[in-house]
Amino acid sequence: MATSTDRHPLFIPLVLVGGLIFGFGLGYSHMARPEVVLNFLQFEDFGLLFVMFGGAAVTGIVFFVMPRVLDRAPLTGDPFERRLKSFDRNVLIGGAIFGVGWGLSGICPGAAYGWWRSRATDGVDPSPTGAD
Amino acid sequence: MVADPVPLQLAAELFPNGISRYAIGGLFVGLGAAVIYVGTGISAGASTFLESTLSYVSGQSRFQQYVASRDWRLVFTLGIILGAAVYAVVYQGGAWTTDVSWWRLLLGGIFVGIGTRVGKGCTSGHGVCGVGSASKTSLAGVLAFLLVAILTAQVVAALGVTP
Repeated sequence: MATSTDRHPLFIPLVLVGGLIFGFGLGYSHMARPEVVLNFLQFEDFGLLFVMFGGAAVTGIVFFVMPRVLDRAPLTGDPFERRLKSFDRNVLIGGAIFGVGWGLSGICPGAAYGWWRSRATDGVDPSPTGAD
Repeated sequence: MVADPVPLQLAAELFPNGISRYAIGGLFVGLGAAVIYVGTGISAGASTFLESTLSYVSGQSRFQQYVASRDWRLVFTLGIILGAAVYAVVYQGGAWTTDVSWWRLLLGGIFVGIGTRVGKGCTSGHGVCGVGSASKTSLAGVLAFLLVAILTAQVVAALGVTP
């Protein structure tokens, strides 16, 4: 991982652009609305599957192609690796805890960031945990 | 009037809002992660943001491990916020709000926060980047949180809490 001093000048702008596209996608797919997520979990609208697996299809193709095209990422010099984390019991325990929270609230981290801003534009308390 | 063929009826039942908004939105989400990966080799996730940002104010080793990544994580989160705001302003002419009770959001948020840290990822890290990597760990994580989330949401609904 490159440190902040020897980073390519386009590194941070690129992350910003990626985040913008990512956030726009969360907005466009209505994932920033807890009701939509809860409708999925209650089997009333299965659209969320298209969001997660649509997103995974795109990253899947890119994760597969890039290591075969380039040796190292142009802005960091880091090798292209897949996102592989070691498996242990915590993955299931943490997943279950996450699931309780997600099922209760319909919010997950990425979408919650999007939702903050949306509330803030309304001049309402921007905190997603604020009293409604 | 001829009734819709069975597949169409089924589609309307499973996807009352159609699929295009979800599929197109999902493609954008994947594209955002892909753009970052192509330039930097980083598979971005959203849920490490809180810990990495705490490293600015805390010297604890738990947070200090994220010093190298904290600035881009901050920028990534900023991008998500702005990107969602662009959608909200351009397509729906303003903010959206929710009718989900405040206690569900608060309690759920706490569980979500703890769960991502214990379980090594969230819906973007495991769900989008991990599944895209065909990581068995991420597939197991996704399966775990999907099943438990479905169960939780169904139980809460069955208890008469709406929404």
